[in-house]
Amino acid sequence: MGLLRYIAVRAMLIVPTVLILYTLVFIVLRILPGDPVLAVLGTKNIPPEQLEQIRHNLGLDKPYIVQYFEYLWNVLHGDFGTSMVISGRSITADLLERLPATVELAIAGLIVSLAIGITTGFIAATKRDTKLDLGLRVFGSVTYTLFIPWLGLMFQLIFAVWLRWLPASGRIDPDVGLETVTGFYILDSIITGNMEAFRSALSHMILPALTLGLVLSGPYTRLVRTNLVKALESNYVLAYHARGVRGSRILLHAFRNALIPVVTYAGLQFALLLGGAVLTETTFDWPGIGTYLVEKVSYRDYPAIQAVVIVFAFFVGVISLIVDLIYALLDPRIRY
Amino acid sequence: MSKPILIVEDLTVYYYTLKGIVRAVEEASLKAYSSDLVALVGESGSGKSTLGYALLNLVPPPGRIVKGRVIVNGVDVLSLRGDELRKARGSLISMVFQDPFTTLDPVRRVGDQILEVLLEHGVPLEEARERVVEVIRAVGLPERMARAYPHQLSGGQRQRISIAAAIALKPRVLVADEPTTALDVIVQKQIMDLLDDVRKTTGMAIILITHDIALAAERATKIAVMYAGKIVEYGPKDKVIGDPLHPYTKALLKSVPDIESREWPRPIPGTPPDLRKPPSGCRFHPRCPLAMDICKRKSPNIVEVEPHHYVSCWLYEGGEASG
Repeated sequence: MGLLRYIAVRAMLIVPTVLILYTLVFIVLRILPGDPVLAVLGTKNIPPEQLEQIRHNLGLDKPYIVQYFEYLWNVLHGDFGTSMVISGRSITADLLERLPATVELAIAGLIVSLAIGITTGFIAATKRDTKLDLGLRVFGSVTYTLFIPWLGLMFQLIFAVWLRWLPASGRIDPDVGLETVTGFYILDSIITGNMEAFRSALSHMILPALTLGLVLSGPYTRLVRTNLVKALESNYVLAYHARGVRGSRILLHAFRNALIPVVTYAGLQFALLLGGAVLTETTFDWPGIGTYLVEKVSYRDYPAIQAVVIVFAFFVGVISLIVDLIYALLDPRIRY
Repeated sequence: MSKPILIVEDLTVYYYTLKGIVRAVEEASLKAYSSDLVALVGESGSGKSTLGYALLNLVPPPGRIVKGRVIVNGVDVLSLRGDELRKARGSLISMVFQDPFTTLDPVRRVGDQILEVLLEHGVPLEEARERVVEVIRAVGLPERMARAYPHQLSGGQRQRISIAAAIALKPRVLVADEPTTALDVIVQKQIMDLLDDVRKTTGMAIILITHDIALAAERATKIAVMYAGKIVEYGPKDKVIGDPLHPYTKALLKSVPDIESREWPRPIPGTPPDLRKPPSGCRFHPRCPLAMDICKRKSPNIVEVEPHHYVSCWLYEGGEASG
């Protein structure tokens, strides 16, 4: 069957992608000045023998090629290693704890950006060449240029400090005592029926999701508008009119055609979404991979940084595969 | 003779562009009876497609129907609004377009697109399903093609599907805008045969918009010749082809290569006018070898020179009183 074969091939293509990224980050980390030992201890008067001893314990004295393959071997066995900074701390455990937070934020951000982008693009296309259309297009361009930490700060100032409607940072009120099942707080609070936790998790989610979603919505506005305008001008729309099909139905058919490129773009943008999530997390103190990465980079915690890159690369690969499959559902011309 | 199925009176369509008003169709009048195939011939930009769209009250902006009447089976299509107009399209008058590759929705099964036409006009689902099968068979395609997507079909098959969708509700008039131009000659013949068959079995009148005068000569019952937005000659095919009256029609016929004739085709000197600033008087006078003084000053009326044969030219208006 063509589809299964296609999925298999695409899944295999994820492997070289991840490998290349791992290699790149491995090299870059070793080229950059400083190493985990110096980053933690600073340049205090530590006897060189002792430094050597610490490096030996961490495996940093081994040849790079050995370090490279040893780490790869461990990852293939599901072990992302232990932190070089906090001794004995399992990176796999860290990732499992923090990944759901990032994915939850990314999904929320994606939903917000699609909701804003598709709505504004749809309105702009149907009210084409009016002031509203112009306004929405400007809105789409301006929001895209906004810097996430700045926008986040503005939201915090307005909604958390001045209006006091929403919490300024964090992921959940620590007092609500949520029992984690999946690590996705909103999902967990629904599963356990903890309404208080649900409200808290949701209210903490709103500002970060809005920040991330708003900044990423601009391209969707443009994409939906352009494609819907193009679809509405196409010959099949004229033919629908000539056969007496209702305008609202024609709009729906044109919209479906216009959404196809949007799905492709959403897939391509997933990497951007994760990047944006990193910035959003640091702004809102969101305990996800982003804040984790920033913390680890400043300590040159090699295995942790490598682990994050591998996990991100893997995610981007999987998501783009899923998007391709959705694409095939929307467009019958695509056959694998 | 029975009553005409389509009456077009003084139909005038302008495009209001930023660069000025384009007088695309000026006071066009036509009549078509049941089973007629009226060929609307003319050069590119003569306004024939615009006239076709206007028959369905479907002129795309910035075009607007300025005046005139289009009466199909006793109903004035141009006076209809909103849902009444929508329902008239498809059931009373319908259209087939030039490019079968772009006139079907690429992401929907062709059967569903035909079904939708029926459902949108209030045909109950069960009956509509049967009619889809019937109409797909009627255009000479196997029933299973209903489940195909447009990209899986050939150009000829797509045009058959477009025709099926257009005639599913048995409209009285079908406008066919260059329906075979995008197709190769063999398929062209098949599609024209299909249109002939539809017209003869249902009594539908077909308005065939074409620049191919040979095709018109072969298939039409009547021919209307358009030049620069005006119908300059209109009449039964044998009259218009065999005994053309208007100098433009004569020149047009001579410009077409004829394999049996020894004469070389003779192009018409000059170019068609810019319809934002049409020439005064008769629009053909700058290119007309027989132009007289009056042609530059006054536009000729269209007169019935012999029964059912109309022409708009000062050579034939002679002594008749006209404004």
